Amino acid sequence: MGENGDGDGLAENVGQRFDRLPATADERRVEGRVSREEVCTYFEERFGMPLETFEEYTFWEKGSGRIWIYAGEAPTPTSVEALGMTCLRTRQEHWKPTTDFVARFGHHATRCVIDLTREQAARFVRGEDQELPWDGDWGYLIAACELAGEREPLGVGLYVHGEFRSMVPKGRQRALE
Amino acid sequence: MEPLERYRPIIDDFEAFLEACARPLPSVVRVNTIAASLERATAVLREEGVEFEAAAWNPHVLRLTDDAQGPGSTWVSFCGMTHGQEEVSAVPPVVLDPQPGERVWDACAAPGGKATQIAALMDDCGTVVANDSNLGRLSSLRFNAERLGASALAVTHQDARNFSLKPFDFDEFDRALVDAPCSCEGTIRKNPDALDGWSEAHLESVSGVQKGILRRAVQATREGGTVVYSTCTFAPEENEAVVDYVLDAEDCHLREIEIDLEHSPGITAWEGETYDERLERAIRLYPHQNDTGGFFVAKLEVGS
Repeated sequence: MGENGDGDGLAENVGQRFDRLPATADERRVEGRVSREEVCTYFEERFGMPLETFEEYTFWEKGSGRIWIYAGEAPTPTSVEALGMTCLRTRQEHWKPTTDFVARFGHHATRCVIDLTREQAARFVRGEDQELPWDGDWGYLIAACELAGEREPLGVGLYVHGEFRSMVPKGRQRALE
Repeated sequence: MEPLERYRPIIDDFEAFLEACARPLPSVVRVNTIAASLERATAVLREEGVEFEAAAWNPHVLRLTDDAQGPGSTWVSFCGMTHGQEEVSAVPPVVLDPQPGERVWDACAAPGGKATQIAALMDDCGTVVANDSNLGRLSSLRFNAERLGASALAVTHQDARNFSLKPFDFDEFDRALVDAPCSCEGTIRKNPDALDGWSEAHLESVSGVQKGILRRAVQATREGGTVVYSTCTFAPEENEAVVDYVLDAEDCHLREIEIDLEHSPGITAWEGETYDERLERAIRLYPHQNDTGGFFVAKLEVGS
């Protein structure tokens, strides 16, 4: 079974279980559900992450628009508490990657990455908003800073009107120097 | 400390043991190789000015020698390159020795230090089913799994004693870890009130649960597969007695454990009871031996 649904028209998303994303939009059986192709294309077009990055992973929806990335085995649908990690929220105008996805896969990003100084990075991980220059696309960006000579992705921020807003969840925020 | 007196007959250098139990625990982190190589993580730690020394038995276990800030207040920790984890609590996954691509069950996984270590030992490739029966503790398991980037890890919420593989499309595991709920005597250095409310009656009731979980783990693991049983307690009722019971009840046998840490063998007699002689293959890790918490670890192979 590729996806839940009875085959006639589009079924509704069932919030309490995991459903594997259809490979492409043509195979969609559930209203509003994105496809694997759309998710991978988004990561590639927005952040320059090569499509091959996700070859060994499957994508799942649990909860409306919460997309999970998983490397293990599971049938679809399945009822468990978590499969891998949440990676993306899609049921809103602008898709939003999660902090933990960016920490795990952000090394593959080549665009929409904003390099912060250590001081700016400290404000970002404390959850603070800050005025910053940025001449790329507005919207959700990957925040990174240099640690021991290499670029390290930290999380996601929203860039609008000259301001970079930290999206680091409360439980992940830290006071660092 | 009084409940610990009952272990005087089985612990060498009991005074050193008591002294160690009264000292606070050193701060230790495990390098999470899902997020960074050992070289990378230690380079960032050095840049941050965090002093550490690697444990001789495991280069990924780092003792922070000057831990003024706490192990969570560092850039390496924020980035998920390290996870605060008691040194001996990193032993059971190493004994389990999971391989990339395998199916592995962590029966009592919250808060997830060992489950994520298992995922890391498998290069985050395969399937780690991290289960816990306690809904409150599941959130910390999920938080840690995501923070450490364990993408091969699925979280389930079941009573491990009658765990069902129905959510998955396979019917047995290659390996299983039962890091059982226990009386936690060995965490006395971390939680000075660990022995409050201690009673022999409690040992007996928790030991029934432990037997049920370990039996299920042996049943759910393939012939030739490995099951590791561990607790953070000293009580033989929760350790050797549990393994002895399951050796009789299920088709499995004890394996030797090779680990470069000072330890004592499992015991074969306690308060009038005798256990299978091969329980000497299990290991008891006491606080004074390696300046850690206390742990018990036994390694079983399924089948004869």
